[in-house]
Amino acid sequence: MKINRRFFIGTAAAASATLSAPMVLADGHTKPRVVVVGGGAGGATAARYIAKDSKGAVDVVLVEPTRTYFTCFFSNLYLGGIKQADDLGHTYGGLAAAGVNVVHDWVVDVDRDAKTVSLAGGATLRYDKLILSPGIDFVDGAVPGWDLTSQNAMPHAYKGGSQTELLKAQLMAMPEGGTFAMVAPPNPYRCPPGPYERVSMVAHYLKANNPTAKIIVADPKPKFSKMALFQEGWADQYGGMIDWIGEDFGGGNVSVDPSAMTVSIDGEETKVDVCNVIPAMKAGRITEIAGVADGKWAPVNAVDMSTKADADVYVLGDASQQGDMPKSGFSANSQAKVCANAVRGALTDSKVFPAKFSNTCWSLIDANNGVKVGATYEATDEKIAKVDGFISATGESAEVRQKTYEESEGWYAGITADMFGAKV
Amino acid sequence: MLFSRWFYLSVAASVFVTGAAAEIAGDPKRGQQVYKKCANCHMVGPDARNRVGPLLNNILAAKAAGVAEFRYSKAMKKAAEDGLHWTPETLDTFLQNPKQMIPRTKMSFRGLKSEEDRIDVIAYLANFSGGSMAAQVDAGFAVSAEILAIEGDVEYGEYLSSECTTCHQANGSDDGIPAIVGWETADFATAMHAYKEKNREHPVMQLVASRLSNEEIAALAAYFKSLEN
Repeated sequence: MKINRRFFIGTAAAASATLSAPMVLADGHTKPRVVVVGGGAGGATAARYIAKDSKGAVDVVLVEPTRTYFTCFFSNLYLGGIKQADDLGHTYGGLAAAGVNVVHDWVVDVDRDAKTVSLAGGATLRYDKLILSPGIDFVDGAVPGWDLTSQNAMPHAYKGGSQTELLKAQLMAMPEGGTFAMVAPPNPYRCPPGPYERVSMVAHYLKANNPTAKIIVADPKPKFSKMALFQEGWADQYGGMIDWIGEDFGGGNVSVDPSAMTVSIDGEETKVDVCNVIPAMKAGRITEIAGVADGKWAPVNAVDMSTKADADVYVLGDASQQGDMPKSGFSANSQAKVCANAVRGALTDSKVFPAKFSNTCWSLIDANNGVKVGATYEATDEKIAKVDGFISATGESAEVRQKTYEESEGWYAGITADMFGAKV
Repeated sequence: MLFSRWFYLSVAASVFVTGAAAEIAGDPKRGQQVYKKCANCHMVGPDARNRVGPLLNNILAAKAAGVAEFRYSKAMKKAAEDGLHWTPETLDTFLQNPKQMIPRTKMSFRGLKSEEDRIDVIAYLANFSGGSMAAQVDAGFAVSAEILAIEGDVEYGEYLSSECTTCHQANGSDDGIPAIVGWETADFATAMHAYKEKNREHPVMQLVASRLSNEEIAALAAYFKSLEN
């Protein structure tokens, strides 16, 4: 039916310019429409920028299932007791105020030939441009013994919201002198320093509340983001509490038993009180459904974040395979603005400026002890390529570290305002 | 919370002090003596708190009636709503005769008749409007007049600004990262060139500035200036 109607309009337009205008009106879409799937750092930013900058010339629909979005970034600070859960929640009123039509629903199907998406609620939305920003899903069978049905016994807490709260509750309920285990993910994954900031924040909590407790980290990687900074901080602040077992010591040879609450690392089984399993990741499933994923991720063109599979479908943030940028909220926000500029240009003939990307990731090692890593990037034919970067130094003064932490708080306020509109 | 508010004021202050610093020609030492007249009611410095009058840390460039938890007169709040900010100029007018400028202010002080007194006490207060951005730039750093004269393309600046607004809030709020809205274009451009030339410390800003052309810096300066309300 839809194809017929589209066909009809097309024919009418071709046949007679005078007739075509009322036909388009009758069909109810005089404006080009962008459908954005996922209201996180990529999707919310893209939706807001296109709506704001096109000043009503583009119809922007954002489809996001949750009414309150809890950021994954800063959720470790909630685990450490430095932030409250409410601090991380954001609603979509600011996006609506910017002119975005926010629909709280799930996208269940994408028809790229008809250029429509189907929602779980039954509605079908046509699009001229489709932006997918679904974040991550987990690779089935990545950690033997664990699957999504085990996520209550052994939370991943790697998507914001209830999983984070569950892990916090389990941390608080740990017996005196108990063991907190983490199974860290292989590359590439969301937020490279995230697992290690989490270890730091768990240690920060335990040091104050359960100082004889232990933390074991089983890691399939030989090294990790900001490793020297974290290891220095762990030795200085939490001496002896954290046992990091890298690839060289069998950290990748892991299985878990969620019903027995045991972790087996390189053949050695340990009974644990909390087990945070962060499995290998892949692009959010909608990219597979839309047929724009290739393997685990969705390859995109660096210049505008359009997919290699379909020039009218874009993928932002963690789900994209773009080159050198880390999977982070900052990156997704940065990519969203490049994408928004290109999409708006394609739909309204507004000026398209050259792509420019940047990222900075702050991590907290202990209260007021922040570190950061960042880089700038450019679009090449092949990928998003790193231009230049920096990282905090080991041995920095407490004053520098405190400033870095305060800066991260400023960044949180900044990026969430950039995503959702300023809080009124 | 207290800390972040303090930081907010300090950075807001720096915005204006950049432009104003050169014009504060007073003698802060002498200003400290003059300040004794104020000290019955106002505290300033690290341990300052509100007393009869609000604390005066970061008064320069702060919006009037901006100190947390101080009960201002309706008249002062109205003046703030109308856009009053404390610059060396507005403070000078106010201090000359407070009730002439804001007739129903609660501040019962006759004023400082001597212009020298006013200039010196403002210079003294400027010392507590800490973290002046201007002071961070090496004394010898200057941007050529030709570069400062480049007229920025506001539309391009708006696009480029999206790289800034991941951290710096577009509405001028500050929660730990300085507000950059409403700066004089020359101050903005000078600061960015100082980062670009590694004359001002900050790894993120040095990276960002390092790949901005003179035209792009001018565009950003023009755009952020245009956001002033």
